[in-house]
Amino acid sequence: MSLSLDEVRHIAKLARLELADGEAEATLAKLNGIFGLIEEMQAVDTDGVEPMSHPQELAQRLRVDVVGETNRRAAYQAVAPQTEAGLYLVPKVIE
Amino acid sequence: MIDSSLKDIAAALRAKTVSAVELATESLARIEAGNPRINAFVTVDHDGALAAARAADASIAAGKAGPLTGIPLAHKDVFCTEGVLTTCGSKMLANFVSPYDAHVVSLLKNAGAVMVGKTNMDEFAMGSSNESSHSGPTRNPWNTAKVPGGSSGGSAAAVAARMVPIATGSDTGGSVRQPASLCGITGIKPTYGTVSRFGMIAYASSLDQGGAFARTAADCAQLLSAMTGHDPRDSTSLERSYDHYGADLARPLTGLRIGLPKEFFAEGMEGDVRLAVEAALAEYRKLGATTVEVSLPNARLAIPAYYVIAPAEASSNLSRFDGVRYGHRAAEYTDLIDMYCKSRSQGFGAEVQRRILVGTYVLSHGYYDAYYIKAQKLRRLIAQDFAAALEQCDVIAGPTNPTVAYGIGEKSSDPVQMYLGDIYTVAVNLAGLPGLSHPAGFGKDGLPVGLQLIGNYFTEARLLNTAHQFQQATDWHSRAPVF
Repeated sequence: MSLSLDEVRHIAKLARLELADGEAEATLAKLNGIFGLIEEMQAVDTDGVEPMSHPQELAQRLRVDVVGETNRRAAYQAVAPQTEAGLYLVPKVIE
Repeated sequence: MIDSSLKDIAAALRAKTVSAVELATESLARIEAGNPRINAFVTVDHDGALAAARAADASIAAGKAGPLTGIPLAHKDVFCTEGVLTTCGSKMLANFVSPYDAHVVSLLKNAGAVMVGKTNMDEFAMGSSNESSHSGPTRNPWNTAKVPGGSSGGSAAAVAARMVPIATGSDTGGSVRQPASLCGITGIKPTYGTVSRFGMIAYASSLDQGGAFARTAADCAQLLSAMTGHDPRDSTSLERSYDHYGADLARPLTGLRIGLPKEFFAEGMEGDVRLAVEAALAEYRKLGATTVEVSLPNARLAIPAYYVIAPAEASSNLSRFDGVRYGHRAAEYTDLIDMYCKSRSQGFGAEVQRRILVGTYVLSHGYYDAYYIKAQKLRRLIAQDFAAALEQCDVIAGPTNPTVAYGIGEKSSDPVQMYLGDIYTVAVNLAGLPGLSHPAGFGKDGLPVGLQLIGNYFTEARLLNTAHQFQQATDWHSRAPVF
């Protein structure tokens, strides 16, 4: 298979990445090289094989529903690009 | 003194013939002298190291020293360290000072080890050569024109260059074993679920596992034993008893059955690597081991399966970098979506963006079954191959890498060539098995060759015992580079 430039732009949009016009072609060529490698998978018959999502197939552990963490808002927000009054600031999304 | 074994350093500390402050000072001086050429360290924590060393000396004076008290160590920059920069090799986190310690970091702090700094790595641990780091490539101490391997290249180079006796790393597709091999040191990735991933910045969560670097298997056993244990903050951290991985080091290799996967010894391995690996296997036979041919028929599919599963998980994990809570935010943008796009495109390097794009594609509607589920089915077949092979032998052995270290810039423009170098390491992560690489001699241009040992789940002590016995009979691990 081989991706088109439009498909690459669409994936980039889904991934919230911005492709500069000048680099879209080069990115496309490299992605097609990678997909050429990935395509080798299709030669193997995997009918009836159970997909393996994880090396340790254990049930998710549950814990008692009690407070385990203390509030460290100031420390966590100290690394944020923009905060005010304990809130994270982003561009306005609702007029 | 920092060139001695951990056991000897600990004995000298207890006997007060050396202090932790002297050891830290020696390590910092080596870094200061060598780092401009090697670029193994992204951050050197001079003051923090000396403060930790003074605290270690106080513990020793109070008779409360453990085996790692006062030992200088470096952490891969993938581990969050409270109050010390954690960049993960990325512009995205160039100014990120973590508000908490990774579980591994706090365990080693509590053990009295003295962190001297954070080591260079491929951006977000995505790479096999350390060239994708925002801080520039790390150079191989054996030849500074060559790569040290990756993604934990800085940790491997720091240990090889004798800047620190031990360092941590992480291994998602070979990122501990491969740089250990290319830098001529010992590195181990334990069974998936053994080392807590809490505070270890995520790349591909079903594959990521912390690991240990040292010059010898005995020192790796000491470090790894201090890194493991159940951590409720990582839902994949296993609840089981953790023995000391060094408990079995002295066991003779008589009767050990070493499986040699015929696929690993087919085409692909360079001649110089083959010579060194075969000489190492002959040494193992001299030590009483027997070798038996085994087969991993789906091994060649490990690379395509890995390069679907890892990017898929990465695209999901790295969605957290949105310029809101931490990390880079673009200076100019028109609206929220534009802020996300610009922040991410500016903050992530080319290889990280490629893997996010691949991952987004294979998880998208219409392609999920053909790629992601297909890769997970192959993952099952690969794990089953290992299970069958490990019924015929105690450990599997082969090359860690098909070549010795290659030149900086040689493969960086062709991702596929870079990925193909991971042929012997990625299958181990897909299965979740433990793997180790130890020095096995030298190949072309006097560059180190590593031998990989792979064991069944939870057989780390056996792998370390095997490597230790080899190191009792050989001196490849004690050769030091001149740079």
